[in-house]
Amino acid sequence: MRKRAALAGLVWKETRHILRDRKTLAVILLMPLLQVILFGYAIRTDIDDVRLAIVDPVPDHATHALRDRFGATELFRIVAVRRSSADLDGLFASGRIHQAVVFQPGFAERLAHDGPAPVQVITDAAEPNTGTAMQAYATAVIREYESGLRGSGPAGAAVTASVRMRFNPTRESANLFVPGLIAYVITIISALMTAISLSREKETGTMEVLLVSPLRPREIIAGKVAPYLLIGMATVILVLAEARLIFGVPLRGSAALLLAEGLLFTGTSLALGILISARTPSQRVAMTAVLAGTMLPTVMLSGFIFPIESLPAPLRLLSVVIPARWFVEIARGIMLKGTGLAELWQETVVLAAMTAALLAASMRSFRTRLE
Amino acid sequence: MTDAAISARGLTRRFGDFTAVDAITFDVSKGEVFGFLGANGAGKTTAIRILTGLLAPSAGAATVAGHDVAREGEAIRRRIGYMSQRFSLYGDLTVGENIRLYGTIYGLTPAQIRERTGILLERLELGGQVRKRVASLPLGWKQKLAFSVALLHEPEVVFLDEPTGGVDPVTRRQFWELIYAAAERGTTVFVTTHYMDEAEYCDRVAVMVAGRIEALGSPGELKAPLGAATMDDVFVTLARAGASRGVR
Amino acid sequence: MRRVLHLAWVEVLHLVRDRASLAQLLLVPFIQLVILANAATFAIRDTPFALVDLDGTPASRALARHFLASPHFRPISGASTVPAADRAMLAGRATMVLVIPRGFDEALERGEGAFVQVQLNAEKGSAAGIVQTYAQRIVRRFGEERLAASPAGRLRPAIAVTTRGWYNAELDYRQYMVPGILVALVTLVGTLFTAQNIAREKELGTLEQLNVTPISKRAFIGAKLLPFWVLGMVELLLGLWIGAAVFGMPMRGSLLLLMAIAAVYLVAALGAGLLISTIVETQQQAMFVTFFVMMIYLLMSGLYTPVDSMPGWVRVVAEANPVKHFVEITRAILLKGAGPGDIVKPAAMLAMFAVGFGGMAVGRYRKGER
Repeated sequence: MRKRAALAGLVWKETRHILRDRKTLAVILLMPLLQVILFGYAIRTDIDDVRLAIVDPVPDHATHALRDRFGATELFRIVAVRRSSADLDGLFASGRIHQAVVFQPGFAERLAHDGPAPVQVITDAAEPNTGTAMQAYATAVIREYESGLRGSGPAGAAVTASVRMRFNPTRESANLFVPGLIAYVITIISALMTAISLSREKETGTMEVLLVSPLRPREIIAGKVAPYLLIGMATVILVLAEARLIFGVPLRGSAALLLAEGLLFTGTSLALGILISARTPSQRVAMTAVLAGTMLPTVMLSGFIFPIESLPAPLRLLSVVIPARWFVEIARGIMLKGTGLAELWQETVVLAAMTAALLAASMRSFRTRLE
Repeated sequence: MTDAAISARGLTRRFGDFTAVDAITFDVSKGEVFGFLGANGAGKTTAIRILTGLLAPSAGAATVAGHDVAREGEAIRRRIGYMSQRFSLYGDLTVGENIRLYGTIYGLTPAQIRERTGILLERLELGGQVRKRVASLPLGWKQKLAFSVALLHEPEVVFLDEPTGGVDPVTRRQFWELIYAAAERGTTVFVTTHYMDEAEYCDRVAVMVAGRIEALGSPGELKAPLGAATMDDVFVTLARAGASRGVR
Repeated sequence: MRRVLHLAWVEVLHLVRDRASLAQLLLVPFIQLVILANAATFAIRDTPFALVDLDGTPASRALARHFLASPHFRPISGASTVPAADRAMLAGRATMVLVIPRGFDEALERGEGAFVQVQLNAEKGSAAGIVQTYAQRIVRRFGEERLAASPAGRLRPAIAVTTRGWYNAELDYRQYMVPGILVALVTLVGTLFTAQNIAREKELGTLEQLNVTPISKRAFIGAKLLPFWVLGMVELLLGLWIGAAVFGMPMRGSLLLLMAIAAVYLVAALGAGLLISTIVETQQQAMFVTFFVMMIYLLMSGLYTPVDSMPGWVRVVAEANPVKHFVEITRAILLKGAGPGDIVKPAAMLAMFAVGFGGMAVGRYRKGER
């Protein structure tokens, strides 16, 4: 009974520390909420406004017709019409245009008689994906014009692909990012805050005072990390609610399962935080280690922002040992596909095994370093 | 007033509704060793931070070396030295590098720095340690070095905030010898302490209780009316009186 | 001036003697550069797909071969029926399902235009869009080849479209990312280290000691920033060299122009760090606040995704982001060979930020407390 009071005292003390440092607290709570908005609105690769230049040395009725076609689309906006391609370089370099359609003299003439009439489409492909997509869109406009000239008959393409987007039909980027963001939030709060808080007590010597108390190391750690667990879970729920309200991100599967898996991943991150703080000499080194060891992999190698499929083979292999990667997969499954434990048990087992191993290792190094 | 090295008139500093320094008035003449005595939290450090221009006063006025603390902070900074409670040299720099750093900051020429470094090291008997990192020196040496560095630019007034905290009695004695030597060279020394034996070394002492000056005079003058044998007794009597009047 | 230089030199000594920080400064950015350049990519290779060929004719097999030959797609086994493919997608084994319906060949022969179905796992929003583009390109190309091979005249295209992608002919994602990542790293190092450095002196108490010395605010701040400014320039140069040597990043414009603009930009980045340091008490706070600010800056800089794809109001807000302007300039100079005339506007914005942040930081820094 008395021990429980001691533990409660420890939790209370830690809570006071957290509440006192307003600036850090504000950042911890605001960051995830702002991130949902930033990721939802700012991280998009959709193309909805292509600034186009037309180079038309000798305009005729056909070039005008095709130009009008481009102008009539919602996607393209003609911002410059030139007689020669001389100043295209400058237009591209200053970022005033994304794309240029270059005609040659006698376009209508060749179209009517000896065809095919040449048209060149130049695209700013510095960013390869949008570059490729813009090329495809421009080509499609020209092909449509062409098939319009022919009247009926087969369209420009003999084969049409009908595309069906599953699980996230509108390809909302918020749907993609929110599960990853949850992993990121849990990592920041659990791993980073725990590591800093533990190593600060080591630096200031207060950890020794705690260690000579009748509390066991296990209990000290439990008392120290409990508040972070609560903050972590609260933030996860806030992020889910915000994502749902602003972006309508669905939660198709079971909320209870998602929270349970979140709790498991919190355990993994806490264990990492304890491990790092036990093995580093100072706050500063602990911060760096957490950044390099957990935050960076969570952002870069978990499929959070960048698809795992696009990683080079060695990094793809490395991602297998990153806990966040498994959690992101689980969270996406539950939220977007509505899958349950039946489909996700493998990922869950992997995550649980990692957690168990990390917890054992962290307890061990905590004890050997401090006792 | 211009005659005094330090002069305070009703100097007050409030933090919210807490008054840390409560209308203190005193003068310190040139070349004097002036002690500021008080328990922890009596307001000594706040007073010193106002006098060094680190903290603006809420009310009252003070001059240091003839300049107003509230308006002429920059002029004061050129004329004073300061050694804070916290160790203020850079542990990762060597003894020589620390000296050169502060010498340069105070605008000494390289020749002056070289000359004074030599004198300083000789005085501290640190000759062989120029290339040693300060972090590796024992605490006593660090404190003496910090004091000497605070005197490097030959300030008119030097402020010492509990300079001998955590130092053994022998080193403390040596430290006070350094203080006397500085006073003999004409430097006014303003020192705070809660070691009562150190108070005996001062020319004059102000006893601070709960932000106010409860007594001011030479150690002899303070002891006589109370019939006290040591400054310790003086302090305990004054502190009790202050407490019984219901001040904090 | 002598004071400033000496103080700056002491700053260098601090750096050199703190092994952990030094490693952090010199190694971490470049390790990150190498990892990020490889990881931060939306280029999709080897998308696992299930092929369901219900037609089983030479034509359907020819289309399948087009997909198999593409570096973007990798077939998975054991999912050649519609239900099996569906299960594979649900289990996450397949990202795309390609269904070639019965009668595909016949429809082609009749010249009616044939259909195939592409199902995509759109969980990963933008990635799905990219895979879709790849798939459609393959299907279209297959169709065009069929047209070209068919009896001449009737189906010959009337317009010959040639497409050219400028500035990144091999469509190498790293060429686009490396300049951006470099900017991010230099910014992070400059801002974080400045903020942390001053917070550390606050914690140690040495800042108070400096505050009672007659050194002027400007000299103090100048001396603090100078070493980090030089460091930032050196890191940028080194990073450019690594980018060119390791990733074959082109350098089409003038290096001198880029460095001149970087010199101005770094003042803004360091000024931001200094500004942060004036509002925080501890190193921990300095780190958290810097990360918070950097996160917003980087996400809205167009570093990962083009600013032009963002909604209108985000684009307006992004104008107030120095990182965005410098990313833009760096890419324009390196990839497009932009000259001074092409980047006047963003460069002027950067100069404004440098003056603004620097001025605000000097103004806010107080030697004493009110």
